[in-house]
Amino acid sequence: MAEKLSTVSNTDLETLRRRQKIVSITIKVVTYVFLVAFALIVLFPFYWMIISSLKTEEEYRRAIPTFFPQHIVWTNYADAVNVTGFWRALINTLCVGVVSTILSIVITILAAYAFARLKFKGRETLFSILLATMMIPGELFTITNYATVSSFGWLDSYQVLVVPFLVSVFYIYLLRQNFKQIPDELYYAAKVDGSSDLKYLLKVMIPLALPSIISITILKMMGAWNSYIWCQLVNHNKDYWLISVWLRNASFTASGDTGVSSTGNVNYPIQMAACTIVSIPLFLVFLFFRKYIIRGVSRSGIKG
Amino acid sequence: MEIVLKGLTKEFDNKKTNSKVVAVNNVTIDIASGTLVGLLGPSGCGKSTTLFMLSGLLSPTRGQIIFGDKDVTSLEPQKRGIGLVFQNYALYPHMTVLQNILFPLENIGMPKEDRMKRAEEVAKIVQIENLLDRKPSELSGGQQQRVAIARALAKQPDVLLLDEPLSNLDARLRLQTREEIRRIQQTTGVTTVFVTHDQEEAMSISDILVVMKLGVVQQVGKPQEIYDDPHNLFVAQFLGTPPINTFTGEIKNGGVYIGEEKIMNTKLPDQKVYIAIRPEGFIPDQKNGVLTLKLENYEVMGRERSIISTHPNCLKPTIRSTVDEFDPTGLENVKFKLKPAKVFLFNYDTQIRIAEDKEYDAPEFMDAVEQVQLEPNEKKNVFTKFADKSKELVNKVASVFKKKEAKEDEQVVEEKVIAETDQSSQEGEGE
Amino acid sequence: MESKHQWRGWIFLAPTLILMAVFTFYPFFKTLGMAFLNGYDPLLGVHQKFSVGFQNFIDAFNYPQFKQCLQNTIIVTIVTVPVSTILALLIAVALNSIKPFQKFLQTIFFVPYITNTIAIGMVFAIMFTMIGTPKTVTTPGVINSILGVNINWINIGKIGGSRSTYFTKMFVLCVYIIWNALPFKILILLGALQSVNKQYYDAAKVDCASRFRTFMKITVPMLSPMLAYVLITGFIGSFKEYTASVAIFGQQLNTFEMNTVVGYIYDQIGLAKYGRAAAGALILFMIILAFTIFNNWVSSKKVHY
Repeated sequence: MAEKLSTVSNTDLETLRRRQKIVSITIKVVTYVFLVAFALIVLFPFYWMIISSLKTEEEYRRAIPTFFPQHIVWTNYADAVNVTGFWRALINTLCVGVVSTILSIVITILAAYAFARLKFKGRETLFSILLATMMIPGELFTITNYATVSSFGWLDSYQVLVVPFLVSVFYIYLLRQNFKQIPDELYYAAKVDGSSDLKYLLKVMIPLALPSIISITILKMMGAWNSYIWCQLVNHNKDYWLISVWLRNASFTASGDTGVSSTGNVNYPIQMAACTIVSIPLFLVFLFFRKYIIRGVSRSGIKG
Repeated sequence: MEIVLKGLTKEFDNKKTNSKVVAVNNVTIDIASGTLVGLLGPSGCGKSTTLFMLSGLLSPTRGQIIFGDKDVTSLEPQKRGIGLVFQNYALYPHMTVLQNILFPLENIGMPKEDRMKRAEEVAKIVQIENLLDRKPSELSGGQQQRVAIARALAKQPDVLLLDEPLSNLDARLRLQTREEIRRIQQTTGVTTVFVTHDQEEAMSISDILVVMKLGVVQQVGKPQEIYDDPHNLFVAQFLGTPPINTFTGEIKNGGVYIGEEKIMNTKLPDQKVYIAIRPEGFIPDQKNGVLTLKLENYEVMGRERSIISTHPNCLKPTIRSTVDEFDPTGLENVKFKLKPAKVFLFNYDTQIRIAEDKEYDAPEFMDAVEQVQLEPNEKKNVFTKFADKSKELVNKVASVFKKKEAKEDEQVVEEKVIAETDQSSQEGEGE
Repeated sequence: MESKHQWRGWIFLAPTLILMAVFTFYPFFKTLGMAFLNGYDPLLGVHQKFSVGFQNFIDAFNYPQFKQCLQNTIIVTIVTVPVSTILALLIAVALNSIKPFQKFLQTIFFVPYITNTIAIGMVFAIMFTMIGTPKTVTTPGVINSILGVNINWINIGKIGGSRSTYFTKMFVLCVYIIWNALPFKILILLGALQSVNKQYYDAAKVDCASRFRTFMKITVPMLSPMLAYVLITGFIGSFKEYTASVAIFGQQLNTFEMNTVVGYIYDQIGLAKYGRAAAGALILFMIILAFTIFNNWVSSKKVHY
């Protein structure tokens, strides 16, 4: 390409034009092939989970796997929900999720409002300290928190799943930014009209920041649905398990083996049916609240 | 390098109305090698679209683009040997000035020593040698403009394209930069095409002017030729500061009439006409004058004296005429003699120029308006918008002149006018 | 008017501050203390033999599984962070360059984000699991079938005459972590790409830049702030990796040699060895802090904002 146009002959120009066309088509084809191939890789685990959950155990264990079940068997799902503890874990998770989300949203809104709108000494310093805690890995707190909750006598209880995680500095930060965008004039106008801080918060701030609040709510709910480690640590009593802990620990086989440590006795189709059941609510939420989830996620970096 | 455009057309799909919008319509122009060509027109006239088709960033729907003897119509920009200066310069913000200039040279695989030499050469031409280590964000608008030109010139393009090169500069820089562009073009001798909506800017530096409207070329020629011999009413009204004064009138019995007054004789057949008179075409003469206008104001500003007057048949609220000598004391009406060369007649329906000695082409632009197929109300909007804008312009200019009446400082006023004019003509930009 | 109502702010903040005092600030200092106090039992609140020093750190390093955990964590980080970032960048650039199906494919690439780590980890496990006896293989697992190989990827016992190796197990773990990490990175990078002014690409075309050079000289520098963000969150995330490993290998991670630093901390809490756990957490904190500082330092030099 170093040569100038004037030195290129017309026949060269023709080949140049042809090559240019071939190159651009090739690039388009390669791009789509790459994307579609990766999309298939990304989706394959879901596909395999679902079709495995619909196979008979005999079909699943064939030497040559079938990519579509020959006989669709729904009974795996019935078997999965009949595994000990499923209903209890499901109800636990829903209750803990709803209660902790509601409390957490209230606390977050109050704090974000205070940081965004109310004036008091040391506000900015306090906020900086809160932000600094985001740097510290949660495991550092976990150790003492375990000791704390056990001294409260909260091991094997519901409150232990709710209380320690009610405050999220990140969500406070997110909502504060949102509140700050609401012009001061509205606040002063409301003050002149004689409405209280709380009324202003309820009638003006919350409706205006609703999209962010919805994002936070959904992410918090998803977090509750997916939480695993803490529950595994503090609640050894099966009655207080959450759904993920149940899934990891439930035995989908007569002999009581779990996971891959077994060499053959797990009923994999039932296990996959259980995985599907745990995954479906998330897909539904995604289907309906895609916009809010993406909005929230693109500002965070923390899963769930 | 010579540039030929043959029947160049660009249609965009309008998804809302599911119709096609013709942005550039059947444009055919020859541009001689080494000339500086200005594409001039109001916003939405397709001038930038034409420029981007020349650069290869947009591909035409129909028609051909020929550089020299090569048909480059479907060639990618990188193969065309062009330099393009974007309206907002598009300097790479993460590179220094030097890196910006070197970037195209690295891309074409020029050896390292040559690259540095070339970069220094172009930096010298545009006078930015002392800025090479700065980042674009540390430069003023005028400096960024020069860097953008340097980057475009670095690979010694056959064709240099500039998109609204002066629109982002303030008034003072504008005057300076347009001379600069002229100088650079003459130094390098590169065929240059630039786009502008500012007729004064276009008239002052172009060798050849291409006036466009609604995607159709209205007239091509040397700036002075177009000014002296406009082919239709649009061109007559678009060029010139202060703008031309347009009246409705008629030809009857071998005479041209505005209202009841016969302003000149003619051999043209009887018909309704538009009569447009340049401001410098009026000579006040109370005895022998042929046109009577109601006197509103008399402005003296440095060397320029203007009479502001009104007439019921004028399309605009006021008429501005520039005169040599005038004493307004005690006058209510002024009578004017008219310079025949400054008076243009246009067919009332087609708005095409009519004259005794010359046949003007039935312009493509009338059927262009139909081909463009704008919605009726949209079509009206385009026209009324333009009319409103020109009114605004006139008023602004008038008010500035009034304010500065007492002041003798010509320079300041001139700049102010330019700034104001631009502001108003830039509103609603964005084609 | 403001100064009179100072107390209002504190009332609104009260729940946050009380909870944080108990579950954030107090534990932070307490854990620091625990790490340096030997023989401390928080449940009893007494020190069996009170002394201050680095004994817990020494114990942690001498503890056989800790080095394994640290090694696993470091390998996971070194492998998954660059690979997932580069892959995400390629996918984002590809997505950004197409028009038909862009939204559709974009949604598909986001799907792994909204999953239950445990559930899909178990799916990954069965995809790589062989079923059979030590002598024979009855079900090779779908991945083996697709690849046409017969590798024991993750099973601890002998199946069909082969055992899984450290390498194969680590491979599966890394694949799962990358799969899990992609959506967030693609989302962020695609957003950043779409906000780059298209004019720079036009300018690059006019400047004769090849596609590769445009990518390296325009796209990457323009994305650098977001690349830095994605890298730092990626590093922090992968240093705290634990759930993915549990999801694939189950609770007995040490048996699988697939435990991580976070896993070690939980194990120690389970064993009531709080000092050692605290030392492990502090080491994790220091590593993350070091990475963050290093990253900020590099960004301030290299990143174009």
